[in-house]
Amino acid sequence: MELFSNLALGFSVASSLENLAFCLIGVLLGTLIGVLPGIGATATIAMLLPITFQLEPVSSLIMLAGIYYGAQYGGSTTAILINMPGESSSAVTAIDGYQMARKGKAGTALALAALGSFFAGSVSTFLVALFAPPLTAVALKFGAAEYFSLMVLGLVMSVALAHGSVLKALAMVVLGLLLGMVGTDIYTGAPRFTLGITQFADGLNFVAVAVGVFGIAEILRNLEDEHDRQVMTKNINRLFPTREELRQMIGPVLRGTGIGSILGILPGGGAILASFASYTIEKKVSRHPEEFGKGALAGVAGPESANNAGAQTSFIPLLTLGIPANPVMALMIGAMIIQGIVPGPNVVSEQPALFWGIVASMWIGNLMLVVLNLPLIGLWVKLLSVPYYVLFPIIMAMCSIGVYSVNSNSYDLFAVAFFGLLGYVMSKLRCEPAPLLLGFVLGPLLEENLRRAMILSRGDPTTFLTRPISATLLVMSLIVLVLVFMPQIRKRRDEVFTESDA
Amino acid sequence: MSAKPKDTTDIVAGLSMMAAAAFFGWHTAGLEIGTSLRMGPGYFPMVLSGLLFVLGLIILLRSFGREDDEPFGKVAWRGLLFILPAPIFFGLTVRGLGFVPALFFTTLIASQASMRMRPLAALILAVAVTILSTLIFSYGLGLPFRRFGPWLGM
Repeated sequence: MELFSNLALGFSVASSLENLAFCLIGVLLGTLIGVLPGIGATATIAMLLPITFQLEPVSSLIMLAGIYYGAQYGGSTTAILINMPGESSSAVTAIDGYQMARKGKAGTALALAALGSFFAGSVSTFLVALFAPPLTAVALKFGAAEYFSLMVLGLVMSVALAHGSVLKALAMVVLGLLLGMVGTDIYTGAPRFTLGITQFADGLNFVAVAVGVFGIAEILRNLEDEHDRQVMTKNINRLFPTREELRQMIGPVLRGTGIGSILGILPGGGAILASFASYTIEKKVSRHPEEFGKGALAGVAGPESANNAGAQTSFIPLLTLGIPANPVMALMIGAMIIQGIVPGPNVVSEQPALFWGIVASMWIGNLMLVVLNLPLIGLWVKLLSVPYYVLFPIIMAMCSIGVYSVNSNSYDLFAVAFFGLLGYVMSKLRCEPAPLLLGFVLGPLLEENLRRAMILSRGDPTTFLTRPISATLLVMSLIVLVLVFMPQIRKRRDEVFTESDA
Repeated sequence: MSAKPKDTTDIVAGLSMMAAAAFFGWHTAGLEIGTSLRMGPGYFPMVLSGLLFVLGLIILLRSFGREDDEPFGKVAWRGLLFILPAPIFFGLTVRGLGFVPALFFTTLIASQASMRMRPLAALILAVAVTILSTLIFSYGLGLPFRRFGPWLGM
């Protein structure tokens, strides 16, 4: 079996002492920062990205992937303990998890989340190994038109999954695309929107944009109202769930894993969608739907499994097509490019050790999370009681170092301040940052493929519709757009998001 | 006070988007548009600016005759005043002053954003952050920063 020899290669790479160490550091750092309130996985990776530049490509990506699931795990911890989801995909966990914590079952909720995530992570890692290679074969057939259409689908999905107004999310995508145009035009070399500043000739630094829009804006939001957080520290009960509780979680975990694995592959933020979908389904199939919102076990186990499964499978479009499914994957692309790897279907065949090493390290990272974090929960809880006014100056210092170390470009730091302001204004105007960042990363790729496709088709725009794969993708985008604008669906979507805000 | 309901947030959002579209549109004017066969550097941005303008306009028009469902809320003026200058200060001084002093002052500036931070605590925090970061980033990871820059005569 080729699959097993590939996996064996992967594990041999991932289990070298050095890579194990980087995976561990990544997972720990990720959890640490994920636990700290007010900073989610995207900002965490953006901040820690520069640390990995000095490493080997494999080690660096393994560490970043570790930071990713670590941060996700940390996000669930804060969701359960202080009702403050570290990121949108754990927003659902906060609904029932926090209620469990208030009932004195915080330990159980945390353990459920960890075990569910681990199971989902294991299954979906296997799925990545199984499906990524055949998909790369498909991906190699992709021409410029297909790439263009796929990115359109990704952007449309990110609009559909954003909070609040669909129109505003669409506008954010377009604004992101425009910001992505800043820099030198690839075909003619003409500088665009650089305002004559030569330091912006290579485009705006995406780490600066991500740190500003996500990290700094979040800090400013938290500074609006400095009140003490209520931490459910006193009543953490025994960690390990009872046999009865374990039995209850089997169904939700299995369903969550399935839903998450499928939705995670979709570009545009599958993990978020997965946890919402899983919550809705659990509520439907439950014999006690009235318990949801009041500390239902299935309301934690299902969505947590789903978002972790989705987080893993969202690596599939990244590793096979080089297209990010969410802002975090966009950062991973940035990391790969800085390491001199062109993300796309060629990675599997040209760098098998890298590819399979990352896949194997995902599983190892998930294992580490369970083994380490269950005993360390006490420590994370202590961290939560560190006052915010001590944390954010540290975060600001890290952001400054991080952004500067990418290119040693002072203008990147000015961009951080600008995008921090922009992000804050956007949040005041209730515009979501995720579509903007995705648009920003995909902008140059989208334009390049559009222009290439038009040249190849001799200026005939029907090329996007006459090529079957491209046409299918565009039709799917259209369906998604029509769906989110349909009044009935729109109402349901609002309900789902309101539920998570409550 | 006008009697007609309107969503102030969306009015501002719509206008800002139209302004951003105008900015990008204005700057596209100097770029070659090209044809749909050979798109120039200005083609795609021009389409996008137009799209953003229309979206902003729709958001603006829809905001009239509707209640603002969620008011603006507080603005973190103090946060804006101290958080945003911190990275700018770091950018301006990291070469001249060097990594260590630049980072120290950056942390100190950022720490002033909270009303709860006492001066002594801020100082201790800034010193701790500077020492640890220097150890981790400069010595540990070997990032190529000058620890003390030319402005200090070193």
